[in-house]
Amino acid sequence: MSANISIQAANITKRYGDKTALDDISFDIAKGELFGFIGPDGAGKTTLFRIITTLLKPGNGIMTVEGLDTVKDYIKLRKILGYMPGRFSLYQDLTVEENLKFFAGIFKTTPEANYELVKDIYSQIEPFKDRKAGKLSGGMKQKLALSCALIHKPEVLVLDEPTTGVDAVSRIEFWEMLGRLRRSGITIVVSTPYMDEASRCDRVALMQNGKIMSIDTPEAIRNNYGRDLFAVKTDDTYRLLSDLRQYKPTRTAFPFGEHIHVSLADESVKTAEIISYLEAAGHSNIHISKIEPSVEDCFMEMMSTESSTREK
Amino acid sequence: MKIIEVENLVKKFGSFVANDHLTFSVDEGEIYGFLGANGAGKTTAMKILCGLSAPTSGKVMVAGYDVYRQSEMIKKRIGYMSQRFSLFEDLSVWENFQFFGGIYGLAPAKIRERTTELLGRLGLESEKNQILGSLPLGWKQKLAFSVAIIHRPSIVFLDEPTGGVDPITRRQFWEIIYETANQGITVFVTTHYMDEAEYCRRVSIMADGKIVALDTPSNLKDKYNAANIEEVFLKIARN
Repeated sequence: MSANISIQAANITKRYGDKTALDDISFDIAKGELFGFIGPDGAGKTTLFRIITTLLKPGNGIMTVEGLDTVKDYIKLRKILGYMPGRFSLYQDLTVEENLKFFAGIFKTTPEANYELVKDIYSQIEPFKDRKAGKLSGGMKQKLALSCALIHKPEVLVLDEPTTGVDAVSRIEFWEMLGRLRRSGITIVVSTPYMDEASRCDRVALMQNGKIMSIDTPEAIRNNYGRDLFAVKTDDTYRLLSDLRQYKPTRTAFPFGEHIHVSLADESVKTAEIISYLEAAGHSNIHISKIEPSVEDCFMEMMSTESSTREK
Repeated sequence: MKIIEVENLVKKFGSFVANDHLTFSVDEGEIYGFLGANGAGKTTAMKILCGLSAPTSGKVMVAGYDVYRQSEMIKKRIGYMSQRFSLFEDLSVWENFQFFGGIYGLAPAKIRERTTELLGRLGLESEKNQILGSLPLGWKQKLAFSVAIIHRPSIVFLDEPTGGVDPITRRQFWEIIYETANQGITVFVTTHYMDEAEYCRRVSIMADGKIVALDTPSNLKDKYNAANIEEVFLKIARN
């Protein structure tokens, strides 16, 4: 195994009864990488993270983290892992400071010993250090949970959906913190259902139904979309969607905010033809432009392809 | 007609002011987006609108009823769905509809008729005897929405209905929301997906217990000189 690899999954499968949560998954994550697993609920992200963090045994396959086997070497491995589970991990009846001391104590260290690593994050909640964790706002709890997962200076940090249910502003702030943390050289693995967060990662794996559909840099994923994509807008978005779906050359049409993203089955069709079709359908203020696909466009494209292959 | 009318709504918990003089109204058949940062006071206001919590002061009318005196009438006229509270996992699809239809006091024949109609609209008739827990999340969310409108409420409250849902199902969900609004049911929705805010007729944005912006998405973008609602949201929250 290359010395450069932090996490390696080889043919990991996990079943619960007749449900397959993870279906023959393999990947390598490099040391120091900020790596994202992106997919909806039920994709298998949490199961995968529990296997990485030694809390669950894989059914088949081998998972190693920093060269240690997650099944055989779990005791050694737990010392170098930091884990922030999706459900809340703090002790609600302990204060902010007590939580941090407790988690440091478990790993036989003190908050002071590794303060430098958590300073950027913890200093934001330090003014409330005597407040019970249960009384903190969502954003502050998240910062405390991250501080607690970091306080023993882990080599690998695993964050399971840290931004789920978090508002748009706090999400951006959280990713800014991860970006700064990344510079300390720690390997960071994050899962999220928000497709727009992909661009914050060095590489991402797009997951659906226990499988990885694609694994690459966000740029490469967008470049592999492989078709022309158009953003269309008129005064009546709802009618525009149904009119575009009825348009013969249309392959896919999905709403994206005030625009509809359209790909064509017949790529020889000119935008002028689309405009005259929409004018004939009575639309006004028609705007159409060729755009770069987002990771969300790519994800939907892969979902459609996967389900049509399965049906065959 | 106004289906929700709120004037100077204040809700205090001890010395903490969760809702600080909220004033807004929602039109019948409108899709209204209720946005705000975590802790801004959205959940508190929603609980009051659903008749689950009394305001400290201010006027709140929902579906023509007063929240102080007629909260039981309000509960009969509204539907509610959240990401967390969903349906019973151990019951079949059909049984879930029977159960919730019964709770809303519909006659058995009415429940059968509406269940058939709602399942038909989702294309899930053949799944009616499936145990709910065995279905994909996206289907469950669509079913939970249908159950929330089985009694044809005047207004349906959706609290982050698409959280964690895959991107295709998320969009299908919004098409169902549009159909529902076209039938005259008012939709009051919260979401953390800012692209979804653009699908609402009007949105309000809360910060620190106050409504700091309320308008159509395009007017808000003009006013804040922003390309999309996410930018509007960021400009307001970072102010």
